[in-house]
Amino acid sequence: MLYIKCPYCGLRAQKEFSYGGDATVKRPNINEEVSSEDWDNFVYMRKSPRGKHIELWQHIAGCRQWIKVQRDTATHEIFQTAKVTEEIR
Amino acid sequence: MSQPFRLNKEGLINRNKKISFTFNGKKLFGYEGDTIASALIANGIHLVGRSFKYHRPRGFFGAGVEEPNAKLQVEFNGHSEPNVNATEMELVEGLSATSQNCWPSVNFDIGAINNFLKMFFPAGFYYKTFMWPKSFWYKIYEPFIRKAAGLGVASIEKDKERYEHKFEYCDLLVTGSGPSGLASAYAAAKNGAKVILAEDKPRFGGTLLTDDVSIDNLSGKDWAEKIINELKSMPNVTVKNRSQVFGYYDHNMLVMFERVSDHLEKKSKFTPRQRLWYIRAKETILSTGSIERPIVFGNNDTPGIFLSAAAKEYMKVYGVLVGKKPLIFTNNDSAYETALEFKKNNVEPIILDTREEHSSELIDEAKSKGIDIRFSHGVIVANGYKKVKSAKIGKLNKDKNSFEKIETVDCDCICVSGFWTPSVHLASQSGNKLKYEEKIDAFIPDKKKQHETSVGAANGSFTLEESLKNGFENGSNLSAKITDTKTEITIPNVNEKKYGAHDKFWCMPLPKNENPKRFVDFQNDVSVSDIEIALREGYRSIEHVKRYTTLGMATDQGRTSNLNGLQLVSNIENKIVPEVGHTTFRPPFTPITIGTIVGREVGMEYMPTRKTPMHEWHEKNNAVFVDAGAWKRPRFYKQGSETLFEASKREAKNVRENVGICDVTTLGKIDIKGPDAAEFLNRVYTNAWMKLPVGKARYGLMLREDGIVMDDGTTTRISENHYHMTTTTAQAANVLSHLEYYLQIVWPELNVNVVSTTEQWAGAAIAGPKSREMLSKLYPDLDVSNEALPFMGYKEAEFFGVPSRIFRISFSGELAYEINVKSDHGMFMWEKMMEVGKEFGNQPYGTEALSTLRIEMGHVAGPELDGRTIPSDVSLNGLVSKKKDFIGKNSLGREAFNVESRQKIVGLIPIDRKSSIPEGSHIVQDQNAKLPNPKLGHVSSSCWSVENNNPFSLAIMKDGKNMIGKKFFAVSPLKNKSIEVEVISSHYVDPEGKRVRS
Repeated sequence: MLYIKCPYCGLRAQKEFSYGGDATVKRPNINEEVSSEDWDNFVYMRKSPRGKHIELWQHIAGCRQWIKVQRDTATHEIFQTAKVTEEIR
Repeated sequence: MSQPFRLNKEGLINRNKKISFTFNGKKLFGYEGDTIASALIANGIHLVGRSFKYHRPRGFFGAGVEEPNAKLQVEFNGHSEPNVNATEMELVEGLSATSQNCWPSVNFDIGAINNFLKMFFPAGFYYKTFMWPKSFWYKIYEPFIRKAAGLGVASIEKDKERYEHKFEYCDLLVTGSGPSGLASAYAAAKNGAKVILAEDKPRFGGTLLTDDVSIDNLSGKDWAEKIINELKSMPNVTVKNRSQVFGYYDHNMLVMFERVSDHLEKKSKFTPRQRLWYIRAKETILSTGSIERPIVFGNNDTPGIFLSAAAKEYMKVYGVLVGKKPLIFTNNDSAYETALEFKKNNVEPIILDTREEHSSELIDEAKSKGIDIRFSHGVIVANGYKKVKSAKIGKLNKDKNSFEKIETVDCDCICVSGFWTPSVHLASQSGNKLKYEEKIDAFIPDKKKQHETSVGAANGSFTLEESLKNGFENGSNLSAKITDTKTEITIPNVNEKKYGAHDKFWCMPLPKNENPKRFVDFQNDVSVSDIEIALREGYRSIEHVKRYTTLGMATDQGRTSNLNGLQLVSNIENKIVPEVGHTTFRPPFTPITIGTIVGREVGMEYMPTRKTPMHEWHEKNNAVFVDAGAWKRPRFYKQGSETLFEASKREAKNVRENVGICDVTTLGKIDIKGPDAAEFLNRVYTNAWMKLPVGKARYGLMLREDGIVMDDGTTTRISENHYHMTTTTAQAANVLSHLEYYLQIVWPELNVNVVSTTEQWAGAAIAGPKSREMLSKLYPDLDVSNEALPFMGYKEAEFFGVPSRIFRISFSGELAYEINVKSDHGMFMWEKMMEVGKEFGNQPYGTEALSTLRIEMGHVAGPELDGRTIPSDVSLNGLVSKKKDFIGKNSLGREAFNVESRQKIVGLIPIDRKSSIPEGSHIVQDQNAKLPNPKLGHVSSSCWSVENNNPFSLAIMKDGKNMIGKKFFAVSPLKNKSIEVEVISSHYVDPEGKRVRS
């Protein structure tokens, strides 16, 4: 079970969180034209990297904030967590 | 009744307390502190089971977790448990143990014929033989093999015991209380660290209990006791025996299995049987020790053959002799300690040492005590079927592959030692890549992967001095980093015997013309020849050899067989062991009960039960409940001997004719506030929300980004910047997360807050043509006319002195209202409604009637919004705005969503107007067509239309809009039904929606 540092609540067990997918995907702006290709990329296309991956988790059994987690998909090592408004480099 | 193999004084058992038990029906006794194994050996019983494949007689081999053979069916404290390790299970009064895998008895086992047919059962036998004909596998071969190879029998009784889970956090977790573990825990505790010390066995001390050593002039046992007592007195230390850390998981979480009360005769009501600990440790000391490695020889599985350290443990801990005429077969010095212990108890052993004549501290001591030592010797084959009677031993030539001399000696037990294997399971589970240590011919942990530090024998250091030093230093350094305190500890003086070098010799050769089975893996009956066959047939990877031969795949995880198997492969392949590599270690280290894994989450506690504030009323009025997620909802209210079908018809009919009330508390409710709330709703829903006036509700449809309908519900504008959203019961949690996602991540610029208020409001729907009359009685001071409170209107008013919200919304398609009051007033509201409603013929209705009402109206719900439908599929495209953007809009333009033959919701009625159409039926053109019969759609919801008094179903059908009037078959192979149906509009009742507006 992973041990995830919520930027608001501190270190908490994985069972308090739910997974939210790739955090680097950006939704096309609302009310703006978007090409079919860009839209498909946003809705369907995801990379599945082995290694470092920035992903979204929601602290559903805690503060209910969505957060960013940089995790190694092979070893589960977590390098960094951040608020969604913060950048992970 | 005397115990022929019990020593008079030795041992740590409580001789003042006798415990009686039975083995295969025979009444026996042991002492408190005995295991089943030690008590049986004391009684001279060695034959306890039959082997898995050949049904060969098997006895005890080890004295703890390493035991491969002695797995028994054990009944105790009201349990019947299979595959219990006799060397670990403590005796408890009234326990009854029986042998497994034998029929009719362990002494006469018919399956043993396999032993004489063994040339027909080589490695991969099952794969090769039972492949043809293919159809025989499930019906004939597999059940037969299962029966023949059966281990114990799982109980079919309900487990009445209590199991618990515990979450714990500590600075340092120490796994194992041998010398290095005790030293680590002690040093860390002195630094003020929060320490958990776990010991698998009932007694603390590990090898200190059996080795002839002294520490600071105390015996090993006394020193261990002193340290444990001091640790127990420290508030920052938790000391647990009978507790095995069996798994090392991510982020330094370890899981421990505590046997709380299996050894107790009586316990209090709420004492759990076993407890599972989830321990998040900052640092972990793996002081798991080592397990003795056997040497492979002919018939080495005969009862009476033991690991030499096990024989010593039986003497020193249990005061039990494994035999009175022992042969000690060794390639190293440690077995000499067992020989000396026999000698001390007036038993004369013979030592067969594979090494050439040489000298060491222990060898010299054995010589001086007059023990018969034969160098360059080994056991070729054990004689005796159900018990060792004698052994053919041989003097090895210099090449160690042939014999100078062969003779037979009498013996009643053989104690074998092939040096030591560090227990690296937990280290390996943590992700540590192991490395091969040439010096000890075994794997030890390599670079740390998590926060694991292996110490003592688990790390390949086999001297007490080194283990203690190792333990104190690591315990101190690791904890000092956490507590910032370093207390100096003097490492105690140690007195121990020095061992000489071991011999790299693990498999006895066979003389010409002799071919006894030489077992590598006892539990799975894998012999040397099986491994040879696998290699001959081309298997190379050790992982493949393992699977083909099943080497190391039994419940003992190859604790006594892995290295010997690797050594064999490397010898045949002419490779060194590290090139062959090792197989993967996986949790759990030993089998644990399913009950412990499940913990308290059984029956009612499987998941939380959510009850509405009116639940008690429903119960009192014969409601039959249905699970809706965690909620309990009344499905129908049973009157007399009514069936579900009759009751739901009555309830639905009453709503259509009079008025009914329904508990709708379970609907998801989300409070939405903020100046940008309207804009937010406008983006979330497919329809327009900017112009909804205060005091009005609107039906809304939500999509996922891929255009699929996510949820529907009404949202009401309570005040300028305040909305009340409802969701379906099932989607409440998902919708909240969905809204939070967009507010926090996608559109953080919107000033909106959302919070779930599902639990805050109790809700009741009043539906039916008489609902307005009833409402006017509930709110005598309020104008409830169609003009004052029109369809989709909203009002706040006092409900008999209690604040309430009135929504004029309808799911049933009738004139209807929903009243919300604070949860605490829910019961008051419900009872008032029942009282006031009497004169209008009001009856409560459950979810079954609710479904009937919505289905015949063509209102969609979960079965239609099944994660595969877009708005037009369910005839809700009228709610999709063309003018504004919203979540998922871009996806609706996809080609496949817009083809002419796109699926669409339709209504179905049976041609005979009588046969109910099973939900899930497939719609086909020709019921007799050859399979696979092309599927044109499926039946999503079915009901008995109370309005038209015949069955009616909703279906999602390909090209649905062009199918009206056509006839098809609805087939349900599951129910063995095929019904001819006609396609009609999905709006079966009141298609213009007049009633809701009346």
